[in-house]
Amino acid sequence: MSNNNASNNLIIAQRAVKQLRLEASIRRIKVSQAAAELKNFCLQNASKDPLLVGVPSSDNPFRPPKSCSLF
Amino acid sequence: MGEMEELRKEAESLKDQITAARKTVQDTTLQEAAAGITAVGRVQLKTRKTLRGHLAKIYAMHWGADSTLCVSASQDGKLIVWDSITTNKVNAIPLKSSWVMTCAYAPSGNLVACGGLDNMCSIYNLKGKDGNVKVMRELAAHTGYLSCCRFLSDTEIITSSGDCTCVLWDIETGTEKTIFAGHLGDCMSLAVSPDFKFFISGACDFTAKLWDIREAQCRQTFSGHESDINAIGFFPNGNAVITGSDDATCKLYDLRADQELNTYQDSSIMCGVTSLAPSVSGRLLLAGYDDFNVNIWDTLKSERVGVLAGHDNRVSCIGVSSDGMACCTGSWDSFLKIWN
Repeated sequence: MSNNNASNNLIIAQRAVKQLRLEASIRRIKVSQAAAELKNFCLQNASKDPLLVGVPSSDNPFRPPKSCSLF
Repeated sequence: MGEMEELRKEAESLKDQITAARKTVQDTTLQEAAAGITAVGRVQLKTRKTLRGHLAKIYAMHWGADSTLCVSASQDGKLIVWDSITTNKVNAIPLKSSWVMTCAYAPSGNLVACGGLDNMCSIYNLKGKDGNVKVMRELAAHTGYLSCCRFLSDTEIITSSGDCTCVLWDIETGTEKTIFAGHLGDCMSLAVSPDFKFFISGACDFTAKLWDIREAQCRQTFSGHESDINAIGFFPNGNAVITGSDDATCKLYDLRADQELNTYQDSSIMCGVTSLAPSVSGRLLLAGYDDFNVNIWDTLKSERVGVLAGHDNRVSCIGVSSDGMACCTGSWDSFLKIWN
């Protein structure tokens, strides 16, 4: 019984090390480049972001334009 | 015995290597890079619609791809498909199990899925021949609750579970195609990348993992949170991940720099984050909290720029429609609200 537990723990540890080796080996770009690209994406798409720039009621599907009826 | 000790030492050494490699590329911070851009200013969104009909807590919602229909799941045992513009209920689907925790809308609009404490993911066909919505498949194999599910297409869906794994399913055969194991705690949430090649999962082991769907591999693991991660989403360009945690913070991790770039926190916020969604440009992060509010953050400058206060109980789910026109919040108060 204890042999099984020991060999299970060994397999788990081997897998964990294998995974860490994989994660350690990836190529990383500089934060300055990553940050610049996130910033540029936000700025380039800002005008197309209704929650950011607001939506005029005439273009807002959730807000029917108010109509005024005079009798 | 000797081998275990060697493996433990190698694991520690590799973790140190990763920490050092991340530091090596840390030539600036995101906040510094964003210092020169104009602040967002106060974001004030108003409730445009209230979707009334559920009789108990709402646990999940998901927008359809058309930015008009959305599906919600409540522990009243129903899935409701809403037309968010007219507020009409397009479908009200009774569930076998009322203990539902998640729901999803397929990109095609043909299917919806849900699951929860029944440990299963049930797929419903909205476009059946006779007009009745029926269970099409029950995906059963998880040994823990279903916390989240997201369709890749009408034939594939990814689920996350309290059994600490995520699974890619073949819907037609109802079988598991790939099991993604590695988290050491319940998987709470998942999100699929815009190109459908990767997905990310957040778990109760306080980490987020990036998975390559076809290679069936975990590529990266992100730490830093001090408690369970409840919510996760991709930054709209697919190059960064945003997480929300019981530690009251949200974090942004860049995939290519392989590290945390920002934390969104305030000393006045002391309750957990339940849900999150970025706006379409990525500049705004809308996050739902246990204190009944949604806080809106400037993702670049890490400042709080708005609050959505309108629910009378915990905000459990949030989603921004694909055209970015509206944000939908779902709450334990049984209502969904549409804001813009």
